[in-house]
Amino acid sequence: MNNQRIKISARNLNFYYGDHQALFENNLEIPANSITAVIGPSGCGKSTHLRIYNRIFELYRNQRATGEVLLDGKNILDPDVDLLKLRRRVGMIFQKPTPFPMSIFDNVAYPLRLHYNLSRSEIADRVEQALQGASIWDEVKDKLKSSGLALSGGQQQRLCIARALAAEPEVLLMDEPTSAIDPVATLKIEELVLELKSRFTIVIVTHNMQQASRISDFTSFFYKGQIIETGPTAQIFTAPANKKTEEYITGRFG
Amino acid sequence: MTPTSLNTQAPFRPLFWRKTQDVLLGLFSLISIIIAVGGMGWILWTVLSHGAHVIDWQFLTAPSKPYGEIGAGIANALLGTLAITGAATLISVPPAIAAGIYLAEFGKQSRLANVLRFSANVMMGLPSIIVGLFVYVIIVIPTGNFSGFAGTVALAVIMFPVMMRTTEDMLAMVPDTLRESALALGMSRCRATLSIVARAARNGLVTGVLLSLARVSGETAPLLFTAMFADTWPTGYFTKPTANLPVLISEYTMNSPFEEMHAAGWGAALVIAGLILALNIATRCIFRDRKH
Repeated sequence: MNNQRIKISARNLNFYYGDHQALFENNLEIPANSITAVIGPSGCGKSTHLRIYNRIFELYRNQRATGEVLLDGKNILDPDVDLLKLRRRVGMIFQKPTPFPMSIFDNVAYPLRLHYNLSRSEIADRVEQALQGASIWDEVKDKLKSSGLALSGGQQQRLCIARALAAEPEVLLMDEPTSAIDPVATLKIEELVLELKSRFTIVIVTHNMQQASRISDFTSFFYKGQIIETGPTAQIFTAPANKKTEEYITGRFG
Repeated sequence: MTPTSLNTQAPFRPLFWRKTQDVLLGLFSLISIIIAVGGMGWILWTVLSHGAHVIDWQFLTAPSKPYGEIGAGIANALLGTLAITGAATLISVPPAIAAGIYLAEFGKQSRLANVLRFSANVMMGLPSIIVGLFVYVIIVIPTGNFSGFAGTVALAVIMFPVMMRTTEDMLAMVPDTLRESALALGMSRCRATLSIVARAARNGLVTGVLLSLARVSGETAPLLFTAMFADTWPTGYFTKPTANLPVLISEYTMNSPFEEMHAAGWGAALVIAGLILALNIATRCIFRDRKH
């Protein structure tokens, strides 16, 4: 990752749920236009770490982060940072698909109307683009007016990806985006993520080590709130430097 | 201590008692259902058999009249009830929903929210006659008049806590992941709440409004002290006693010596029972087919 531009840089990141400390001095650099996988056993802080990048944890009163997360060199944990702008730049996909209770079209048009001044026809164009970008256009083009909730789980997740893409973010955070989805739909989403890499910086939390090795360029191994090892995916999976990493990827625990 | 060997067959417990329990519980449920449904059927049948024969076009379109005058109906009371309960809904529902949003989205377990929640629970348990007395003291006595509006205020006071808690419960059922995905797109907290979370809870909210409306539309005690009754059209809603169905039923069936008035009271009872039934059925139908 030497010559690649760094998009996100987490420095000395600690995180607390009330009095309980969940992350300890996390340091992680996310290169631009690449896929970084975050792996580790359940409860090790992967999602917690990811949820700092768009400050979504602030919805909950007792959650607190210290340290720095630099997005293009600017610390997003700074209280002056405008959350609405930050979240336009840093999109997020969740474990369970979360279509809004409205039509497929309106789901994708929502972030467009929210952030941009566009005419109706421009919105329609961009909705189509986003749906195509999320590889779901062909499946929904004839039923754009029907409810997003009527789609299958895999389709819902791609709809959510389209919705996130429509906001034109720079970074896409994916928190176990395929764990609630069947294997065929999972493959589709993995292919999609690979395509999206050229336009976005992607950080994906996954339980699935095959998934991490299939799609990611870099992998970071978390254990008990600490980042044990980060490196190019091939290296992490074939020649990990740390014994804990090796034990995890060979399936001896987790 | 030597552990029991798992290789030897453990003795079976007899099945008889477990099967008997099963049968008994099933029987008990069945009887309960018969009592519940049968009770409702009995009530409806009683109202129907006593009231059906008086209902005709004139009954539904003419105003009530003092005993002895011909051509009396219940139309003024019907309109009065619609005005009193409709206005109560308009007054109470918006602030109740706002308060429910506060409880579910912002107050949560804060001290203020808990005080609000506790007082709402107390208010929901308050006998409605006390609400009637309260409004009698704060509106009827100072203004010197019974009025439909006073009745509206009494019903609004009864509806408010019910609707507030319903709103909170409905919003609490919306998963946090939906809030998170709204915020993650760059929506403000307010926008995410109003345009995504409340929309997801829309069915529950509308159902709550209709059910609380159905609940208060039969309230009698609070109206006895506030709207009272009059044999006139409800044009004096703000200043004069206003006809309404529950008080008409109570007066005609309990305080009148005349057979015709008893019958008219039953007819009015049938009308209001029919309206409430229709409201409940409509609530179910509106949302049955739609997925959201």
